[in-house]
Amino acid sequence: MGFMSSFRENLGAWIKKIFKKKRAKIGLYGPPNAGKTTLANRILSDWSGGDSMGTVSPIPHETRRAMRREGLVINANGSSIELDIVDTPGMATKIDFKEFMAFGLSEAESKKRAKEATEGVIEAIKWLDDLDGVLLVMDSTEDPYTQVNVTVIGNMEARKLPLLIVANKMDLPNASPSRISAAFPQHSIVPISALEGSNLDDLYQAIATHFG
Amino acid sequence: MILMREVHMDLISEEKLENMTSMEKIRLILDKVKTGRIVVLESGLTPDEEVRLIEMTMTEIRVDEFSGIEIESYPSKKGGSFLNRIFGKGFKGRMTVIGPANQIHTIEKDEFQISTKVSVGD
Repeated sequence: MGFMSSFRENLGAWIKKIFKKKRAKIGLYGPPNAGKTTLANRILSDWSGGDSMGTVSPIPHETRRAMRREGLVINANGSSIELDIVDTPGMATKIDFKEFMAFGLSEAESKKRAKEATEGVIEAIKWLDDLDGVLLVMDSTEDPYTQVNVTVIGNMEARKLPLLIVANKMDLPNASPSRISAAFPQHSIVPISALEGSNLDDLYQAIATHFG
Repeated sequence: MILMREVHMDLISEEKLENMTSMEKIRLILDKVKTGRIVVLESGLTPDEEVRLIEMTMTEIRVDEFSGIEIESYPSKKGGSFLNRIFGKGFKGRMTVIGPANQIHTIEKDEFQISTKVSVGD
């Protein structure tokens, strides 16, 4: 990254902080199957009256193209913020088509899905350059110390952009948001269940505070 | 009879990495990992280099040849001079292990320790 582009990025971050921007482009990031699209659908349902962002599936990499929805107005805590939400494909460092065959897809379908998934990861990475902040969605039942989480957090810290960790899947019995808090104590964490819609009010308040 | 299997590991020093551009580091890592080697970087990669490595890895995935990488590092540390921190260059990478996804598997990872298992194919 060149000196001037780095300077511009940091200057931009300072200006946004000073003027408390009320419109923000927010990316939903995380590993595959963390519940990013379920959360995006829930946010749309709550604030745009029943739309959906994309389909969800137990097969990893269901979202293979970034989906953007503009102009969602979220009211929370007496203030409102207008969001452009970008639901990104799951980030991964490896994609093996055989993993999809284990879910019953044919070899041809699996190979096609793997190819599209690699393109999706690249698209998710490209979007990092064009966002005002990130909702990092983690599966609360999984080990939070994955490289995808470490890399996304490192990038947001280096770019001085706001990040909010969403500890999803709190409806599952072995969910443990405390593991996430212990792994990333420097960041705010909101435990939710996007599937059941629980604790979403806390999430909307945190979004208004962090990105407003 | 017990068959001995070999694992090729390259431990790359901080000094060598300091003299390389981001693209040179990424190319070096991928070229080694694609031939089945495990690479350990003494000083790791910056967060930006990490995403560029993932991006480049995705472009090189081929069915039945290369399914990607397993990469494990500790979170970056803030550091460097005051001026570097002001201009966003104050993030120092930390020790990082990278290997072929079909050979290296993380057993456990926390803030202080990374445990990995290396499988050697037939």
